[in-house]
Amino acid sequence: MDFLARVFGHSPRSANVAKERLQLVLAHDRTNISAETLAALKDEIISVISRHIEIDRENVEVSFARTDRTQRLVANIPLASSRKPRK
Amino acid sequence: MPGQVLTITSGKGGVGKTTTTANLGVALARRGKRVVCLDADIGLRNLDVVMGLENRIVFDLVDVIEGHAKLRQALIKDKRLPELHLLPAAQKRDKTAVTNEQMIKLCVDLRNEFDFILIDSPAGIEGGFKYSVAPADRVLVVVTPEVSSVRDADRVIGLVESQEKPSPQLIINRLRPAMVKRGEMLDTADVLEILAIELIGIVPEDETIITSTNKGQPVALEDRSSAGAAFLRIAQRLMGEQVPFQVFHDSPGLLERLARFWKSQ
Repeated sequence: MDFLARVFGHSPRSANVAKERLQLVLAHDRTNISAETLAALKDEIISVISRHIEIDRENVEVSFARTDRTQRLVANIPLASSRKPRK
Repeated sequence: MPGQVLTITSGKGGVGKTTTTANLGVALARRGKRVVCLDADIGLRNLDVVMGLENRIVFDLVDVIEGHAKLRQALIKDKRLPELHLLPAAQKRDKTAVTNEQMIKLCVDLRNEFDFILIDSPAGIEGGFKYSVAPADRVLVVVTPEVSSVRDADRVIGLVESQEKPSPQLIINRLRPAMVKRGEMLDTADVLEILAIELIGIVPEDETIITSTNKGQPVALEDRSSAGAAFLRIAQRLMGEQVPFQVFHDSPGLLERLARFWKSQ
């Protein structure tokens, strides 16, 4: 089946796979922060912000971003009201 | 003007540090620079065989550092290129034989004699890597377009930058243009995006490296091979010349060669 997938262009090229895997593994190598720590951080951020404003807890994203060789912690926190349909 | 100390390192072993050191030494000497290649891989010396100078070793790096020999006695002059020299590593010692301070002091003396001091660092990030980087004015990181090599290069770059050294420059080695074209090998842009440091050279995969190493004649002694030409271009950049980066095309397939042959008739 593998060759059929390749013929029809469905399997990703291995260079792209390599690049994606490297970006993930390096984000971890560079920060020395484990997935558990990141999850705990996310929970605390949610609880602190929820005390003051209503947020959409299900769609909070906490991750690392990078510009050149500097790592940044990026939190994307949608507000609860923003999900309500506008009239 | 005192000479520059350049350390060639990579983290991962087997990516071409020693080949790069030997060829950059040859290329710089061919352009009239006084060069010494210093093998810092104590206990696993190989720069001597890659340069074809293994039969001429009398004293080594550790003999000089411990005061058993004068620098002048340990330096091997390459008969092919009057400006090229080798300071070999000790083979029967280990990396604890040398400290960062001793390497810095040795390089103070070497700077007075040479334009370029090229240090071939051992693989890894332990003591041998540290004493190799300690005296460096510039660090060149050799990487091959593979996940393990890129990951280790990233670690090494982080370590160099944490030691208040200027950001290293990158040599992408053993690039296979045909595989890149098929999307089966990381290309230059991918590696640069991930590592985010300045590029100083791209060296294509080249069988000539193996045959030349078999004979102890670095490819950069001649202009004919693609890898040799790439090392000569890096040497020019090290000397401050502006040399555009080559775009490598994969070698022509059978049909293309037949078509060319047909046209040439």
